[in-house]
Amino acid sequence: MIELNQFLILSALLFSIGVIGIFLNRKNVIIILMSIEIILLAVNINLVSFSYFLNDLTGQIFSLFVLTVAAAEAAIGLAILVIYNRNAGSIEIEKINTLKG
Amino acid sequence: MIHSIVILPLLGFLIACTLSFFKRNTFIDRLAEVITCTFIVLAAFFSFYIFIVNIGSPSVVSLKLFTWIESGSFSADWSIYLDSVTSVMLVVITSVSALVHVYSIGYMSHDDSKPRFMGYLSLFTFAMIMLVTADNFLQLFFGWEGVGLASYLLIGFWYKKPTANAAAIKAFIVNRVGDFGLALGIFTIFIVFGSIEYENVFNSAAKFSDAQFAFIGYEIHALTLICIFLFIGAMGKSAQLFLHTWLPDAMEGPTPVSALIHAATMVTAGVFLVVRCSPLFDLAPIAMDFVVVIGASTAFFAATIGLVQNDIKRVIAYSTCSQLGYMFVAAGLGAYGVAMFHLFTHAFFKALLFLGAGSVIHAVHEEQDIRKMGGISNFIPITQVMMIIGTISLMGFPFTSGYYSKDAIIETAYLSNSNFADYAYILLTIGVVMTSFYSWRLMFLVFNGKTRMAEEDYRKVHESSSIMLIPLMILAIGALFFGFIFKSYFIGYNSDEFWNGSIVLHHEDHHNIPLLIYYLPAILGVVGFFIAWMMYLRKSNIAKNIAELNKPLYNFLLNKWYFDELYNMVLVKPAIGIGKLFWKLIDGYIIDGFGPNGLASLVSRISSRTKQIQSGFIYHYAFAILIGLSLIITLIIFRF
Repeated sequence: MIELNQFLILSALLFSIGVIGIFLNRKNVIIILMSIEIILLAVNINLVSFSYFLNDLTGQIFSLFVLTVAAAEAAIGLAILVIYNRNAGSIEIEKINTLKG
Repeated sequence: MIHSIVILPLLGFLIACTLSFFKRNTFIDRLAEVITCTFIVLAAFFSFYIFIVNIGSPSVVSLKLFTWIESGSFSADWSIYLDSVTSVMLVVITSVSALVHVYSIGYMSHDDSKPRFMGYLSLFTFAMIMLVTADNFLQLFFGWEGVGLASYLLIGFWYKKPTANAAAIKAFIVNRVGDFGLALGIFTIFIVFGSIEYENVFNSAAKFSDAQFAFIGYEIHALTLICIFLFIGAMGKSAQLFLHTWLPDAMEGPTPVSALIHAATMVTAGVFLVVRCSPLFDLAPIAMDFVVVIGASTAFFAATIGLVQNDIKRVIAYSTCSQLGYMFVAAGLGAYGVAMFHLFTHAFFKALLFLGAGSVIHAVHEEQDIRKMGGISNFIPITQVMMIIGTISLMGFPFTSGYYSKDAIIETAYLSNSNFADYAYILLTIGVVMTSFYSWRLMFLVFNGKTRMAEEDYRKVHESSSIMLIPLMILAIGALFFGFIFKSYFIGYNSDEFWNGSIVLHHEDHHNIPLLIYYLPAILGVVGFFIAWMMYLRKSNIAKNIAELNKPLYNFLLNKWYFDELYNMVLVKPAIGIGKLFWKLIDGYIIDGFGPNGLASLVSRISSRTKQIQSGFIYHYAFAILIGLSLIITLIIFRF
């Protein structure tokens, strides 16, 4: 029988991979999007596993919402990327630093 | 009529100054000249009328025009107070001023800003009249500062000349020292007497003759303190020893100004103040001794400097300084009428000398160095005659105006049994020889001998226009005859009636004087003349030899006893040093460094650091968010 702890450890590992992926990645914005997906999935695992062990369906329903939002977000993010690539000619992270005063 | 004497110069000043704003043309210039001259000449006639009437039937007129300041028990009015002293001063001021106004039309004919000049002259006249017609010390102070302002404006009239500006500022600042004394004196008067009106103060002077006043921790005889303060004010205005340095420099101004302000009227304001306050001074013997010592020392000291000066106007300026010393000796010995008499005659012969010097300067093309003149007597005979009249009156040649007044001072010094009368008598008598010597030295060097001018300049020497010569002639009449005419009123048998209680009179028996003493000043004057004649006309190398033999003494005198250098070292340099210290170190370094500038640079330093955090990279921001989030969570978990 798999215990709750093991689910949580998996979820934490995935979350960490996602976060580290955002920070260490210096190449490309798509990887950031993928890292965010991984973080969201880690959260989903958390939600589902708690829902299962506590016998409360709310968590699973919530994770469905999260998936939906994640899909929408991925679609919008990719669209922004395409437009940005067209304008700036590159999606290298090193070159995207206009977000400052 | 009394009102118009005060108002006319003010009107003249306002009109002339308004005119000076218009575009310059001949009509405007003429208009300004005619208006100011007419007004002042009218005022002069009125003053003479009042003076003559006053001789016939002495009276005191006191008009309150309107209230100026009223605060608690303190009150001061604008007023016209007319007694014998005032009427004498009014005659001196308005008549010399009128002649100088007329003379200026000729003297300033090539100048660019005539309306301004005439306006300033009228302003001066107005302020001086306010000074002498005051019935309280505050209005006197107003006039006192007003003449100081006019003097400043007129010394710096040629404001494009740096030396003129420097001289104007010097005159103003040195006068500040004296004015501070006067202001302290007035404060003390108010504290002691509770009033600053002449009438109250003088009438209750005797009541306070033993009053004490606490000054910087000492109990001092109140009247002595007041009189010394007032006299410090007088020293500044009248260029007495220690505060005299501004007067010779004031000769940077146009010559009519020197004649009016720095010879005839403004510088005598100090003497007027002492005479006006005679009821106070009479009760303060220590202050009187102080006046005598300063006066006698100035008379001697200024005369020694006059011996070697080479600038025509500076010689006469030192002579003025010296004669003012004579007046103060007379006032300090209690002979206030004699002081007023010398003030009266001096105004005429000294204005005559100055205006004559102006005529000479005009003739020799703005040259003022008497070493570069000489031999011009044939070209400007009228000016020469006028200056000779001024000179014999100044040296006290028998039966001229100066003879009566100066003799009276020396006799007073001889007869007086005041503590310092002998000191004063000796210095004044030596002063007579020196006065005569430097006056004739000036005359001989300017008019006689072989010329030392450049050839083409010498050929162009010309007599001044009649508008400049006529004032000279009128003044010459005063310089010759006024002494004889008014002697009995000022100092003679009619003096009690003439002064009518406006000054304190002490009668001395002038008949006990040995004949030698009686004739000594006149004899010494002639001796001075012969010495000058020997040295500068007969054998012109004597003067040079004496100067060579006594080089240190000659330099000492030529450099005016090194007073300017001394003041520079003791006062000016440290003042500049302290100024620099406060400016550079205290203000610039400490206050600005830690105050506004320091805060500003601190803010910009911090912000330049913090703005580096904002890199623009998404992952930096995300990292910050994460770290922040973890911190908050940690806090929530472990703190609560």
